[in-house]
Amino acid sequence: MPDGDQEPHVFPLGRKPGELLFCAAFLIFAAALLAMIGWQTSWIAGKGLAAQPRLWPAISLGGMVLAGAILWARTRNVQRTPGRWREAATWLRSLEFVGWYVLYVMGIPVVGYLPATILFCVLLTLRLGYRSRMAMLSALGFALFVVLTFKTAFNVKIPGGALYELAPGGLRYILIRYF
Amino acid sequence: METLLSSFDIIARWDVVAALLIGSIGGVLVGALPGVGAAVAIAIMLPATFMLEPIVGITALLGIYGSSMFGGAIPAILVNTPGTPVNALTTYDGFPMTQRGEARRALGLAYSASFFGGIFSIVCLMLFAPVLAKVAPMFGSREIFLAALLGIVLVILTHRGQVLAAAMLACFGIFLQTIGLEGTGYTQRYTFGQGWLQNGIDLIVVVLGIFAISQALVLFLDKDKNFPMPHVGKKGFFRTMGELWIFRRIAVAGSAFGVFCGMIPGVGEFMSQFMSYSYAQRTSKTPELFGKGNPEGLVASEAANNSVPAAAMVPLLALGIPGEELTAMMLSVFYVHNVIPGPALFANQMDFVLALYLCLIILNVLVVLFLFLATDTLMKVMLIPNRFLGMMILTFSLIGVYSLRNALTDVFVAAGFGVFGMILKRLDYPTSPVILGIVLGGLMEDKLRTSMARVVTPWDFIDRPIAFILFVMILAAVGLHIWTMWKARHGEKIDELHSDAHS
Repeated sequence: MPDGDQEPHVFPLGRKPGELLFCAAFLIFAAALLAMIGWQTSWIAGKGLAAQPRLWPAISLGGMVLAGAILWARTRNVQRTPGRWREAATWLRSLEFVGWYVLYVMGIPVVGYLPATILFCVLLTLRLGYRSRMAMLSALGFALFVVLTFKTAFNVKIPGGALYELAPGGLRYILIRYF
Repeated sequence: METLLSSFDIIARWDVVAALLIGSIGGVLVGALPGVGAAVAIAIMLPATFMLEPIVGITALLGIYGSSMFGGAIPAILVNTPGTPVNALTTYDGFPMTQRGEARRALGLAYSASFFGGIFSIVCLMLFAPVLAKVAPMFGSREIFLAALLGIVLVILTHRGQVLAAAMLACFGIFLQTIGLEGTGYTQRYTFGQGWLQNGIDLIVVVLGIFAISQALVLFLDKDKNFPMPHVGKKGFFRTMGELWIFRRIAVAGSAFGVFCGMIPGVGEFMSQFMSYSYAQRTSKTPELFGKGNPEGLVASEAANNSVPAAAMVPLLALGIPGEELTAMMLSVFYVHNVIPGPALFANQMDFVLALYLCLIILNVLVVLFLFLATDTLMKVMLIPNRFLGMMILTFSLIGVYSLRNALTDVFVAAGFGVFGMILKRLDYPTSPVILGIVLGGLMEDKLRTSMARVVTPWDFIDRPIAFILFVMILAAVGLHIWTMWKARHGEKIDELHSDAHS
């Protein structure tokens, strides 16, 4: 085992790109929440400290600010690895995939779970750079597997699509109930 | 004996056996996929078990919980990439053995050590269960509060090199559980006048965000990895598994460390492996070969890590206190299925507890048989490209998030925690303190409030034997950490003086 692993450390030995940025953002977030404690929580007169609604937000936010401030101060003083803004850009790049995810969810009540899942899997596979027929078939097969397992077999609670309403009577019921 | 027969009766059903089989095989599969892990799989599968009977749903997820580490050893040994984080130590000696052309021997030893560790811990716990049933009712509000506090303290302190980050994130978890309408005075906390925040932030939504969605984002932002696959084959697998007899001393010691560490909240697999590996190295005739493909190191690591899951069920079932992220997930599994872990469960439903232990024994047997037959096929699963795997995780995670309440706000919250978890993972910050903070924070708030009604002076809080022992354990844990830190820093200073003197 590496020797370094055997020694206990409270303070960081080096910092990764973007670490100071994250520490600072987290500290500001925690401090802002702590500053709001007066109007976001209540103090009930006549109740003991342990029963006060404000106690645990105060303990947790106090802990976040204290630990965050020490971590930030210590992180500042250790050797940095360059690339802070490149790392921040990578974090922002993840929002594109969050967007795909949100679109997928918003699409379900409109086109239905089966079509939305097929579209999501196939289009995201294309976006990720897999263009082969094998990849497309795998994405399609996976989408079918997910819908047939969870919605058809396990009857997981996911709403039917508005598009299904256009189908004739019996088929409409089957589509809404199973797909 | 009657309790044991009753526990057999609980699990002697086709649907329970089927759930166990599916869960076990699923657990091995997700364990073998680097970048997925049992926490992601449990988070994804949890909502799918809502409509199943409690014992069936719990058994399926228990299968994943108990078997993922078996699967995690495969990529650790064959391609030097641990399938689950707890298999990291397995790479030290497993991969060098593969490089020497001993992949089959390494896998055989890993399977047998894991199997031994699993069965050893379950047998210990079954023997220990009657004692536990007597002790568990002695835990009142104060004791549960102190045990939860001990759990939080240990979770923070065991994150070596990241104690401050772990403390900050555990506090964040505790803060998250305070959001919403609180239960006693019905006042609002950090709801900002938003209706959707009044019920608080759902644990499952946070878990899916931090474990599943974040993992998908990490995989999307990374490059695909190509693993050169060594040939393993099935011939002689049982013979290599039998080789464990030669290393029985290491296997017994490793399993004992696993049972010991598993039972202490917050300690878990990493510490047990560290202790087991250190012991094996210290007592070995060839300590210089550790890290270079010594089978003793492999056995020490696998026996220790696989004996933890069953042991970790002790604080979980007896006190309702999870020790790490996976047991926190299992706690939410029990809650979802209306089984409330705690002293009452041990006192009134011992047959149910024993049934869960029997399930763990059966799953260990099933998994070894499955691995014997399907290791070659499992290796193909590892060839799924990372980013494609990310797409699969994201698709699965929707089921958990959206099927809870069909609420778009849950999706946004989960996506937000997904981005947060992705940043934590890229910075190598721990994610489990957030989850444990949520689970244990709520418990601590509740138990402190109820216990303070009978407390006049601070001494009253620890005037019962178990409360006092727990209090001393908390002080000892913090004191020991400060002492080892001081010693390490003092040592560094001496080293600096020595190096100055030499220069």
